[in-house]
Amino acid sequence: MTERLLTARDLRVSFHTRDGDNQAVRGVSFHIDAGETVGIVGESGSGKSVTARAIMSLIQPPGELIGGEIEFRGELLNELPERKWRKIRGNQIAMVFQDPMTSLNPVKKIGQQMIEVIRRHRGLGQEAAKQEAIRLLREVGISDPERRIGQYPHEFSGGMRQRVMIAMALSCQPELLIADEPTTALDVTIQAQILELFKRLKDNPDTAVILITHDLGVVAQVCTRVIVMYGGMIMEEAPVEDLFYRPQHPYTIGLLRSVPKRGGGTRERLVPIEGTPPDLLDPPPGCPFITRCPHAMDKCKELPPMFHIGPGHRSLCWLAEKDHPTVEEVGAGEGNTDV
Amino acid sequence: MSETAERNVLVDVRNLKKHFSKGKNVWGRTTEVLKAVDGVSFQIRRGETFGLVGESGSGKSTVGRCLLRLYDYTDGEVRFDGHDLTKLGEKALKPFRRRIQSIFQDPYSSLNPGMNVLDLIGEPMNIHGLYPGEERKEAVAALLERVGLKREHLYRYPHEFSGGQRQRISIARALSVRPDFVVCDEPISALDVSVQAQVVNMLEDLQAEFGLTYLFVAHDLSMVRHISDRIGVMYRGRLVEVADSDELYDNPLHPYTKALLSAIPIPDPRAANARIVWTGEPEDAERPPLREMAPGHYAALPE
Ligand SMILES: Nc1ncnc2c1ncn2[C@@H]1O[C@H](COP(=O)(O)OP(=O)(O)OP(=O)(O)O)[C@@H](O)[C@H]1O
Ligand code: SF4
Ligand SMILES: [Mg+2]
Repeated sequence: MTERLLTARDLRVSFHTRDGDNQAVRGVSFHIDAGETVGIVGESGSGKSVTARAIMSLIQPPGELIGGEIEFRGELLNELPERKWRKIRGNQIAMVFQDPMTSLNPVKKIGQQMIEVIRRHRGLGQEAAKQEAIRLLREVGISDPERRIGQYPHEFSGGMRQRVMIAMALSCQPELLIADEPTTALDVTIQAQILELFKRLKDNPDTAVILITHDLGVVAQVCTRVIVMYGGMIMEEAPVEDLFYRPQHPYTIGLLRSVPKRGGGTRERLVPIEGTPPDLLDPPPGCPFITRCPHAMDKCKELPPMFHIGPGHRSLCWLAEKDHPTVEEVGAGEGNTDV
Repeated sequence: MSETAERNVLVDVRNLKKHFSKGKNVWGRTTEVLKAVDGVSFQIRRGETFGLVGESGSGKSTVGRCLLRLYDYTDGEVRFDGHDLTKLGEKALKPFRRRIQSIFQDPYSSLNPGMNVLDLIGEPMNIHGLYPGEERKEAVAALLERVGLKREHLYRYPHEFSGGQRQRISIARALSVRPDFVVCDEPISALDVSVQAQVVNMLEDLQAEFGLTYLFVAHDLSMVRHISDRIGVMYRGRLVEVADSDELYDNPLHPYTKALLSAIPIPDPRAANARIVWTGEPEDAERPPLREMAPGHYAALPE
C-alpha cells in the first residue's frame, strides 16, 4: 500500500492586479504518494509555478491563496503558523527554482552555503556536514567535489549551479522535492545529466518529486505520473504510459500532436493547437479549453466534472461523460490514486 | 563543385572567423581573445532550410549575425548570390540588407514597444522604398492576414499581443520587403509547445509560397530536424558535422553529434534514452577539418 504524502484540495490563487483579479489557479486538486515522481506540464501561464508556490506557502501579495487546503502527512499546512511552516519547508518539503543564480549567495563559497544548510537541518557538526556536502556533490555528478566546495558560485557553470541547488535541496533529506523547470535554461547535454539524477530519485522510495516542465520528453523519461494543466485547472491526470498511449483530454491530445514525432521523417506536417490560451483576468465560463477545442459543444459552456477514466486516470472533459463515471461517483475508496 | 551546383548555392560561407576581445590591458591592447567562430565553411542552397545546432556559446548565433553583417568578420568570406559581401560598405550593402532579413528569439525585445503594428511592419518597406503612399496600408494588412492576424490589429501595440502573435508580427516585418533569405535565430524557443507548431507550419508555408531560403538556428534538436533539409553541428566555434537531416540523425559520425542526439529526451515512456557521453577534446588539441565521409555527409574526424 502506497503512503499518501500530500493532498491538495481545490486550491485557488488569485493575483489582485490593477486590471482586475488574475485567477491563476482555479480549483486544483491532486495528491502525491511517498517516493513517486509526478510531472506537471502545461503551457506558460497555466498555473504550474503558482500551484507549486501555493504548496510551499510562498504566495506573496498581490497574490493570495483564496481557497483550498494542503494536507501533508495528515496535517493541514495552510492552518499552520508561519514558524511551523518554515520548519516543514526545508526539512520535509524542498523546492528548486528555475534560476539557480538567484538562489545562491554569490559571495559565499559553495561548501560554506551547503554546510550551513546541512547543519541547520540535520544538526550535524562542522566536519560531518562537510563530508555530507562532498558526498552530495559527488552524487549529483560534480567531479572533484573536495576542491569544488572551496569555490564561489560564479566559478560554476549554469548546469553545475543547478546541480548544486538540487544537492542542497536533497541535503535536508526532504520527503518531497519540488523542482520548477530545473533544466529549461540548460543545454541538452547538461539537461541529460540532471535528468539522470532525477531518474535515480525516481527509484528512491524516500523522496517524492514534483517536476514542473513544459517538455513532454522530460516527462516521458523521468515521471511515473503526469498532471496536465491549462488555464489554471487540471485537464488530465494519468500514469505516464496512459498519458502518452491513451490520452483522453483534447488538450493533451493536441499537445502530444504538436511536437515532432520521434523517427518521423523531416517535413512531416505538425498539427498545432490553433488559437491562444484564455485570459485569466476574464476566463471563459465552463471548460477553459473551449475556445481552442475542436470538439467543443454547447454543453462545454458549463464546467465539466472530473471523469474517472481508469486507475489513477481522470479527465476534465464532457467527452468522457458517456462511458465514465465522475471521480466523485467512484469515490476515494476504489481507484486509490484519485483524490 | 559543378557549375549547376554552384548556381544553386545562395549563401556561401568560406572559412569565416569572428573573434571578440575579452579583456584589454591598461594600454588598450587586447589580452584575451574569444574565438566565437573559428573557421566555418558551409553552403546554403536556394530554397532550402539549413539548420545550425550546438550548445550555448558554440557560435551558432554569431554565424547568423555575421551573415546579417551585423558585425564585420575577423577573417573569411561570405558570398550571397555570387556577390562577396565581405568588404562592401553600408551603401553597397543596402540592396542586400533588403534581400537578407532576420527573425529573432525574443518577440518581446525585438519589436519597438512604442510603434503600432502598421508602423512596425511598414518601417522596413519605408527604408527600402517599397509600397509608397496609400498602397502601404493595404500591403501591411494583406501581410498581417497572411501570418494569421487581422486587419483590426493594425493600430495595436506589441504589448497587446501574446508571444506567438508577436512572433507573427516579426515574421510579417521580415517578409515585408520580399527577402530571399531569412536568418531565423531561435524563432520558436520563447513560445509554448502548442504555439511553436503554429509558427513552424507558417514558416514552412511561407517558404514554399515565396521561395525563401532559411538559416534556422536552434537548440531544440527535434524541431531542427523537422524543419531543416540539412544540418550543421557546431562545437566550440567550428562545424564538426554537416549532413542531410535524416542522415545526420540516423547515422551521426562525430562523437559530439552522437552525444548531442542521445541527450534529447524522447517523448515516449517506452523508449529509454541510451545516452552517449563525450568528454570533449582538450583545449589545445589539433582540430581536424571537415571531410566528406559519405556523399554529402561531412565530419571533422581525424584521418
Ligand atoms: N507575482 C505575480 N503577479 C501577478 N500575476 C502573477 C504573478 N505570478 C504569476 N502570475 C500570473 O499567474 C498565472 C499563472 O502563472 P504561473 O507562473 O503559475 O504559470 P506557469 O504555468 O508556471 O508558466 P511558465 O511555464 O511560463 O512558467 C499567469 O497568468 C501569471 O501572469
Ligand atoms: S469539455 Fe468540451 S471544450 Fe472542453 S475539452 Fe472537452 S470537448 Fe473540448
Ligand atoms: Mg513557471
